[in-house]
Amino acid sequence: MTNTQKHTDFYDNEGKPAWKAWLTTTDHKRIGLLYFYSLTVFFLVGVLLGLMMRFELISPGKDLVEAQTYNGLFTLHGVIMIFLFVIPGIPAVFGNLTLPLLLGARDVAFPKLNLLSWYLYIGGAILALSTLLVGDGPPDTGWTFYAPYSVKTGTNVSMAVLSAFILGFSSILTGLNFLTTIHRMRCPGMTWFRMPLFAWALYATSWIQLLATPVVGITLLMIVVERWLGIGLFDPVLGGDPVLYQHLFWIYSHPAVYIMILPGMGVISEIIPTFSRRRIFGYKAIAYASLAIAFIGYFVWGHHMFTAGMSGPARIIFSVLTFLVAIPSAIKVFNWLATMYNGSIDLKPPMLYALGFIFLFLIGGLSGLVVGALATDVHLHDTYFVVGHFHYVMFGGTGFAFFAALHYWFPKIFGRMYNIKHATRAFWLLFTGFNVLYFPMLVLGIMGMPRRYYDYLPQFQIPNVISTVGSWITVAGLIYMIVVIVKGIRNGEKAAANPWNGLTLDWQTDSPPTKENFDVIPTVTERPYEYK
Amino acid sequence: MSTNNTTTDNTTTAVNHDHRDDAGRKMGMWLFLFTELLLFGGLFLVYSIYRFMNPADFSNGSHHLDVFMGALNTMVLITSSLTVALSITAIQKGNSKLALRLLALTILLAIFFLVNKYFEWGHKIHYDLYPGTALFKALPPGEGLFYVLYYFMTGLHMIHVIVGAVILAVMGKYIREGSINSSNYVLLENGGLYWHLVDLIWIFLFPLLYLIH
Amino acid sequence: MVEQKPHIVEYLTNIYVWIALATLTIITIWVSEFDLKLLTVTVALGVASIKATLVLMYFMHLRFDSKILTIMVLVTMIVFLSLIVFTFFDYSYRS
Repeated sequence: MTNTQKHTDFYDNEGKPAWKAWLTTTDHKRIGLLYFYSLTVFFLVGVLLGLMMRFELISPGKDLVEAQTYNGLFTLHGVIMIFLFVIPGIPAVFGNLTLPLLLGARDVAFPKLNLLSWYLYIGGAILALSTLLVGDGPPDTGWTFYAPYSVKTGTNVSMAVLSAFILGFSSILTGLNFLTTIHRMRCPGMTWFRMPLFAWALYATSWIQLLATPVVGITLLMIVVERWLGIGLFDPVLGGDPVLYQHLFWIYSHPAVYIMILPGMGVISEIIPTFSRRRIFGYKAIAYASLAIAFIGYFVWGHHMFTAGMSGPARIIFSVLTFLVAIPSAIKVFNWLATMYNGSIDLKPPMLYALGFIFLFLIGGLSGLVVGALATDVHLHDTYFVVGHFHYVMFGGTGFAFFAALHYWFPKIFGRMYNIKHATRAFWLLFTGFNVLYFPMLVLGIMGMPRRYYDYLPQFQIPNVISTVGSWITVAGLIYMIVVIVKGIRNGEKAAANPWNGLTLDWQTDSPPTKENFDVIPTVTERPYEYK
Repeated sequence: MSTNNTTTDNTTTAVNHDHRDDAGRKMGMWLFLFTELLLFGGLFLVYSIYRFMNPADFSNGSHHLDVFMGALNTMVLITSSLTVALSITAIQKGNSKLALRLLALTILLAIFFLVNKYFEWGHKIHYDLYPGTALFKALPPGEGLFYVLYYFMTGLHMIHVIVGAVILAVMGKYIREGSINSSNYVLLENGGLYWHLVDLIWIFLFPLLYLIH
Repeated sequence: MVEQKPHIVEYLTNIYVWIALATLTIITIWVSEFDLKLLTVTVALGVASIKATLVLMYFMHLRFDSKILTIMVLVTMIVFLSLIVFTFFDYSYRS
């Protein structure tokens, strides 16, 4: 590293005006940051909608909004959080930011396509949000767009569905890009089993993005065509079968759950060994578990339809497979715990978020088994138990992994360090708020409170009030965290190239990295995480 | 992970990392084709379920399709697949002129396919056999589903034929300009892959819609 | 990453494949004239699969390209076929 003239970092606009340099960039790190800022905006919109729903539910009857508005609220909260935040989430932001760094490459395989993905994402996002402003009101079907209601309702479903189609295309292109990158651009010496586990997780995720997303794409097109032309693809009056719509929808949307959680697990697999100063336990098991989750995850979609009129044998098969997919997930959890055993654990914020992930994902995963079992699902289907379950997995899992990744790679990306003490406090506030917000939902579900109503019976009020108070604590925690992050970006201390003493290649280059990532393409000679 | 990116002896070729990766570009194209396959795959799934639920109606519907037209279009597409494949062989052997002619022939065949399709659809629409008409509403629901799927699948396929022809035309332009040549033809190969996919899908659409009575 | 020299598929090979495809098309149309009862679907899709394999292997060069592409194609096929099979677990047992 003698060549000083090359050492301008990737924030240098090279003489172009800033807006042009950013909006036409093909640098994976800049595209990652474009995603980061846009995702943050949509996440906050989703949080605001969720906050309004929780406020409406503080007492029985109407408090804040009308019933129809509430239907729009939970639909948009779902669409925005799922399609605009959790699905693109970790791959689009941290995959883009770090995958080439982890592989010792200069960029992804198709940099221009990468930028196109971001533009498609923004296009789809604008279309999704504009359903609020134009047409006959926001969609009121829930984010699942179940037929035949989605075909009949007068609200702005077509536009929301088309936006999901475009967002799906963006997701496909990201997956395609990452797959080719991982196959073709690993640095010399980096065999498959010397690849960091986050790259493995992204590899498995990309396959799901590639092979599952087109199915929902065509399904959503069918909904649009059915709405516009009045043909009976899913309308039972015209010979269609609405249950088939559910099949097609969940053929994508269940694997999509693994698009959401697998990259999160990858992040945790990076953080745990670094902050335990221990070689990861069961490297190959974790790598294979990613592939196994991706593969088995394809064939469990029927568990969303246990009460939809599916045949008995199908229900049993899908239930058994659902239990099977828990095995590779548990393998990962056990391996993380075994990695920490006898390690010198350093409870810095990334590690706290990682441990928070394990705790919350455990509750989310185990409550998933409860609804994956046929008998209990009949009681719990469409109750608040399901809402609690998937928030523990999606927010407690993917969300916390996202925050973990943010606190972990923050010094690498921004070249500065946030205030560790305040970041730690923000974590505890968020973690507490999260559990106060969502644990009562599990209880409410067992009590029998159905989801997606703006009203409820008086006996459900106490857990609902606790939950609503929890939503305020959660939001306070989020605001605290954002303040810490923004302050860190603006005027945090300068960070060293490798503040956490990580061993993967991302830590072996400058913070922030140069435009080309590495002055000399590195050569790898052993597995990652060989902490001595 | 120990790396030697800081050692001074490693002053070799790594700076020149931006070489062309033809195999990578081809892999990218294949991955894209998989998404196309599953896009149509969703329709094949819907078709097979509805066929399973309405066997008699589907059989009746398929009897009303013109096997000759379908067979003709099958031959046209198979032949166009051949001309694209030959065009790639020609460019690999350095014969740009022949490659260009074969590509032009492919596009002509694509246009022929579309004209044929236009008459086939036009014939049905002439007899009011399309969603929304009184005749269509009087059909048994299963037969209605068959025709809806017929229009949907062949329509989506038609869009792919048009896109494929445009892609091949652009490739032709590149051959003329010389940017696709005997040492750099991966773009033509990728365009060809897309065209073969259009053929592949038709290979399955033809028996499913026209032949299985 | 050193690539092996690209394999050129000869003109004649392509034409032979085309002849095979055309023949198979004629066969499948001819067979559809007969009532094969349950075998109808199997025969039609079987012939289509052979045609598809020919296109994949020769026109699309799978036989001559890196094995990884063939593996990817097979994985995609397996996933797609499994989707159909699993959906039929529901529809075949509907009462």
